[in-house]
Amino acid sequence: MEKSKNTNYIRYIITLIVLITLFVILILLNIKLGSVDVSVKDIIDILFHGSGNETNYNILWKVRLPRMMASIILGGALALSGFLLQTFFNNPIAGPYVLGISSGSKMMVALVMIAVLSRYHYVNSAALIIAAFAGAMLSMGFVLIISRKVNSVSMLIVCGVMIGYICSAITDIMITFADDANIVNLHNWSLGSFSGTSWKNVGVMASVVLPTSLIVFLMSKPIGAYQLGENYAKNMGINIKLFRIMLVLLSSFLCACVTAFAGPISFVGIAVPHLVKSFLKTSKPLIVTPICFLGGSVFCLGCDLIARTLFAPVELSVSTVSSIFGVPIVIYIMLKKRVH
Amino acid sequence: MNKEYFFYTKKLTVGYNGKPLIKDIEVNLKKGQILTLIGPNGSGKSTILKSITKHLKSICGTIYIDSESIESMSNKDMAQKVSVMLTDKLKTELMTCKDVVETGRYPYTGMLGILSEEDNLQVRNAMELVNAWELRDRDFTEISDGQRQRILLARAICQEPEIIVLDEPTSFLDIHYELELLSILRTLAEERNITVIMSLHELDMAQKVSDLVMCVKGEYITHLGTPEEIFQKELISQLYDLSNGNYNPLFGSFEMERPKGKPKVFVIAGGGTGIAEYRILQKKGIPFATGILHKNDIDYQLAQDLASEVFFEKSFDPISEAVFQNALDRMNSCNIVINCLKTYGEINMKNKTLYREAVSQGKKILESADML
Repeated sequence: MEKSKNTNYIRYIITLIVLITLFVILILLNIKLGSVDVSVKDIIDILFHGSGNETNYNILWKVRLPRMMASIILGGALALSGFLLQTFFNNPIAGPYVLGISSGSKMMVALVMIAVLSRYHYVNSAALIIAAFAGAMLSMGFVLIISRKVNSVSMLIVCGVMIGYICSAITDIMITFADDANIVNLHNWSLGSFSGTSWKNVGVMASVVLPTSLIVFLMSKPIGAYQLGENYAKNMGINIKLFRIMLVLLSSFLCACVTAFAGPISFVGIAVPHLVKSFLKTSKPLIVTPICFLGGSVFCLGCDLIARTLFAPVELSVSTVSSIFGVPIVIYIMLKKRVH
Repeated sequence: MNKEYFFYTKKLTVGYNGKPLIKDIEVNLKKGQILTLIGPNGSGKSTILKSITKHLKSICGTIYIDSESIESMSNKDMAQKVSVMLTDKLKTELMTCKDVVETGRYPYTGMLGILSEEDNLQVRNAMELVNAWELRDRDFTEISDGQRQRILLARAICQEPEIIVLDEPTSFLDIHYELELLSILRTLAEERNITVIMSLHELDMAQKVSDLVMCVKGEYITHLGTPEEIFQKELISQLYDLSNGNYNPLFGSFEMERPKGKPKVFVIAGGGTGIAEYRILQKKGIPFATGILHKNDIDYQLAQDLASEVFFEKSFDPISEAVFQNALDRMNSCNIVINCLKTYGEINMKNKTLYREAVSQGKKILESADML
């Protein structure tokens, strides 16, 4: 017993070290690389001495750093949201994007943006988060109703994808009729992108995502019990109704935050929890939730780096890159489940 | 108010969606007793069990554990008193058997669910009790159904309950594990004073393991009693609507329908020699008569269920002339005689006469029904 326990701990520690190393490397690359390559000396000058070339200073402080923070916070949020949904539906390919929750948020945010921007020049982030949350709950509501009617998990996913298409279609219609001035912004955002994040945004997302993630972590115990199914969880003394509501609210809320700031970002919510669990060889939430968050951050830092630099100065949407890496993983999971 | 019993129900009515399925259930159990629910599929055994574990809201009436109504118990109290083993098929992901068992400690751990030394000890004890400690690091999805049942039982045990509720715990088990599981339940009842409430399909097992048996069929519980009271020919046949099968309480098992028609074969048997022949004839669908058996003969028990006609004598008495004449008359009408007896004793000497009679009449004499 001691032996197996030790090998488990070693595995957790190695995974953590690998992720932290990747995290640090990606942060450095994200600061350095881009349409303008900033030298290491300049970076040190700008970050630690407050001096250096003014253009580079602005690029770093006003563009790259807040954008990097957004990838870190929102990436973690997406991965956690996915983990919660997988627990809720007891299905490894459930995630905010495939279930149409991201698209629901997108639709509501677009609606609010168009309505507000036609009169004012600025939309409050809180309003966007609320709109995104409302959209997420709308999609989630549909998914829940469908999940009562159909027992098959694959049908549920198909329905989720359909809901996603409907929401995207409505969003497209709204964008078509929006003011010309807003179309460019809306269009970029509706594809999923961390660009244009301000420090103010970072503050809002941190103050919303971090406490929510902490709550998720503190719910590790009931989440672990719920992994055995509703009936056993109930026998362990969990208030199932309340717990399910919490899962739905927390996962929707995390996903809503991401969409409000960065638009829909695909497959992070499925790929990251899966990778993390397979590296750790466990699904214990006490260990998986914090590492999932870190993994989501690393994944999005990497995707955003590629999105920005691959065809610079042309920028891809993060969602494009995350799909390319995420979809093979999703297909792999589906094939593996089929074999069992 | 009812100190004598640890678990009891008062006018309990259970069902789904407010529709009553079984009404006015009254059952009283002492600590350490085993109650088994038997009855046909869909009769509501699971419904009763789910109501006891609070998975289903009972429609009216009350369930008391330790003189406290379960309605008023908190989730945590309930979890520390009652643990379950369900028929749900578990879909776990990357959970070892030990991880699954550890979830039983849930009601005892702190906010983050980290296990203490005491918890680890309980987990180990429970796994050792069900002989599953060596499975601890295996993935729960990669072990056999029988092993999985044992792990789930260990989970239920390490929850340190006062009552364990099991819904058909033996469904996937081969006979070896079935016996093992039931003897573990008996141990829990005797040594740890745990009350066990379960449903079983195997009547022979229910008869052997239970202190009380409840027959579940129809709107009301008509029969609740000790195994001796419940396992009666008529009662069980009625419970399972057996018009064409026979339940034998002595064997605790069922026999196939006896072949219909006038007996074509006469089987001379006794002392257990006839059983194999009766079964062969039944399978071939050949109606037969048999004799002359004593009432305390094991052949007599089965012959009652399978033969068209049985000629018998009172236990320990020599075969009387009257019985012999009846048997002879019947044998005369059969063309084939199977003689299972090799030796004869004082009280069944008339069977030898019967055999000689058959030979002298030129009947077709066989040693076994296999030759037919």
